[in-house]
Amino acid sequence: MLKILKYSFYDLMRSRWSYVYFAFYLLLGVVLLFLNNDLSKAVITLMNVIIVLVPLIGTIFGVMYYYNSKEFTELLLAQPLKRSSIFLGQYLGVAISLSMSLILGLGIPFIFYGLFKSSAIWDFSLLLITGTFLTFIFTALAFNIALSNENKIKGFGYAILLWLFLAIIYDGIFLMTLILFEDYPLDKLSLIGTMLNPIDLSRTLILLKLDISALLGYTGAIFKQFFGTNFGLIISISMLSVWVIMPVLRIVFKAKRKDF
Amino acid sequence: MKIKIVSIIAMLLASVLHAQTIDVCEDCPISKLNDAIKVAKSFDTIVVKKGTYKEHDILVDKPLTIIGENYPVIDGEMKGEIITIVSDSVTVDGLFIINVGTSYTEDYAAIRVKRSNDFVIKNLVLEKLFFGIYIEKGRNGKIFHNKIIGDAKEEYNSGNGIQLWYSKNVEIEHNFVERVRDGIYLEFSDDCIIKNNVSANNIRYGLHFMFSNDDIYQDNIFQNNGAGVAVMFSKKIKMYNNNFKENWGTASYGLLLKEINDAEIEGNTFTDNTIGINIEGSNRINYKNNNFISNGWAVKVRGACYTNHFISNNFLYNSFDISYNSNINDNIFNNNYWSNYTGYDLDKNGIGDIPYRPVKLFSYIVNRTPETIILLRSLFIDIIDFSEKVSPVFTPDNLLDNNPKMKKIEW
Repeated sequence: MLKILKYSFYDLMRSRWSYVYFAFYLLLGVVLLFLNNDLSKAVITLMNVIIVLVPLIGTIFGVMYYYNSKEFTELLLAQPLKRSSIFLGQYLGVAISLSMSLILGLGIPFIFYGLFKSSAIWDFSLLLITGTFLTFIFTALAFNIALSNENKIKGFGYAILLWLFLAIIYDGIFLMTLILFEDYPLDKLSLIGTMLNPIDLSRTLILLKLDISALLGYTGAIFKQFFGTNFGLIISISMLSVWVIMPVLRIVFKAKRKDF
Repeated sequence: MKIKIVSIIAMLLASVLHAQTIDVCEDCPISKLNDAIKVAKSFDTIVVKKGTYKEHDILVDKPLTIIGENYPVIDGEMKGEIITIVSDSVTVDGLFIINVGTSYTEDYAAIRVKRSNDFVIKNLVLEKLFFGIYIEKGRNGKIFHNKIIGDAKEEYNSGNGIQLWYSKNVEIEHNFVERVRDGIYLEFSDDCIIKNNVSANNIRYGLHFMFSNDDIYQDNIFQNNGAGVAVMFSKKIKMYNNNFKENWGTASYGLLLKEINDAEIEGNTFTDNTIGINIEGSNRINYKNNNFISNGWAVKVRGACYTNHFISNNFLYNSFDISYNSNINDNIFNNNYWSNYTGYDLDKNGIGDIPYRPVKLFSYIVNRTPETIILLRSLFIDIIDFSEKVSPVFTPDNLLDNNPKMKKIEW
C-alpha cells in the first residue's frame, strides 16, 4: 500500500493541478493579508472560502484522478496485490497531496506575516485541521462515487451534486425544518442536523472559536453544554473522524466486490 | 503681613484646641472604636491602629474623621450592620471591614450613611459583606479608592457593593467592586459622578441605575458581569469612555437600556459581549464614537425606540451588527464604519458609494427561531442575506447607513 501511496503521491506532486491548487491558496493567502492587514479578520474570510472550496476541489479532483488513472489501476489489479491496498493507496495519495497544497499554500503567507507572534495561531491551526479533514472526507466520497459509476459524465454529475447538496441545499432544508417546527424544542435536532453534514460540522467547529459570544445568546441547556465547554470541540472532531472512516470503509468494501 | 501670621497662628491654635486626636489600639486606654466615638468631640480625629476590633453597630453621630493605620480590621462577626453614619462631615479612611451580617428583612451594610451630607469614604477594604457602602439620602459625598470583594452566589441573598438611595451629588471614583449582586446601584439618585471604577464578576449588574437622572459615568471598566450596566427608567444619563467586556450568557448585555430618554453614549468600547447594547423603549439617545468589537449582537433593538442617532461608530467583526424585531425604523445611522461593508468608493472621499444595510435577514430569522443560530456563516445564509439586501422584505427598508466610512474611524 505504501508503495502505491508513494507512487500516487509523486505522480500528483508532478502534475500541474497540484501546483495550480497550491498557487491558488498562496495567492488567496497573500491577497487576503494584503487587503485586510488583520490576521483575525483574514481567518474569518478564509473560513468561508475553505468551507466551500475545499470540498468542491476535493470531490472534483478525486473523481478526476480516479477516472484518469483507471488504466493504471487495471494494470495494478493484474499484479498480485491486495485490492484494498491499491485503492487506499491511491486515495491517500490524492488526499495527502491536496492537504499539503492547502497547508503549504495558506501556511507560507501567514507565517511570513507573523502568525507565530499573533493570537490568531489557534484559530488558524483549527482552520487548517478542518480543511484537512474536509479534504479527506470529500476525496473519499468522490472515490465512492467514481467506484460506483463507470460512466464518467454521470460520476462528475453526482460529485458536483453531492457538493451542491452538502454545501448549500442541506442548509436550506435544515433552516426550513427549524422554522417549520419552531414551536417544538429544537436544540437537539439542530445539533444532530449539524453532525450529519461534514461542512456544517466544520463550520460549527470554527464558530466555536469565532462567534462564541453570539452562540451563547441562545437559551438551551444542550446548546450551552455543547458550545460552552470543550465538549463541543471533542464531539465535532470525533464526528469528523467518523466522517472520514465511513466512506473509506465503503471504498474497501466496494473495491473488493467490483468487477473490472 | 502681621495680620496674616496672627490669623494663621490663631487658626492653628483653634484647630489644636478643638480638634483632638484620639488613638484607638488594642492596649490603649481606649480599645474600642465605639468608645472613642463616645469620648470624641465634634471635628476630632480618631486614629485606629493596626489590630482586630470585634465591633458592630458603631454609630457615628458627630462630625469626626476616622482614620485607620495599616488597615485595622473591624470584624462585625456576622451580627449586623457595622458602621452607621448619621452626622454631616464624617470622613472614614483606611479600614478593613469584614463579616457583615446577612438578613432577609434588613439591608445590613458595612458602612451606611443616613441623611447626612459632606461625607468622605475612602481607602476602605470590604470583604464578606452583604451590602457594602450604603448611602441613604446623603448629599455631596465622596466615595474614593475602596475595594469591595464579595462572595455572592445567588441574587436573592446577596447585596450590592455601593448603593445610593435618594442621594445627590455623590462622587464615586477609583473603586474596585467584585462578586456582589450589583457592583454599584443608584436608585432615585441624581447628579452623581461615577468615574474610573472597575466592576467585575458581579452576579447581576456592574452598574445599575433606577429612576436616577442627570448622572455621569465615565472611564469605568465592566467585565464579566451578569450584565455590564443596566440603565432603567432614567433621564439624561451621560456615558463616556467606558469599557464593557465579556458579558457572556443568554441574558447578558454590555449595556442594557430600558425606558431611557435623552442620554449620551460616547467613546465607549464594547468587546466580546453576547449583546453589546440592548435597547428597549429608549428615545433621543446619541451614540457617538463607540467601538463595538467581536460582539454576538452589537446593538439589539427590541422595540419602541425612536429618534436615536448612531453617528461615527465602529462596528468591527460582530456576528450581527444591528438586530430589529420589526420592520419599522425611526432611528438614524450615519457615518459609521462597518467591517462587514462590501461597497466601493470610486470618488475616493472615504465614504462608500452605496449605502449599507446593517440589519440582515438572518438576524430576523434568529429572533424568530433562536436555534437557527447554528447556521451562522453558512453559504446558504449568505445567499438569502444577499437577496434580502437587494430587496428588503422582512427588515426595515429605510434602515440604511447612507454614508458608511471606508476606513475605521479614529478619534
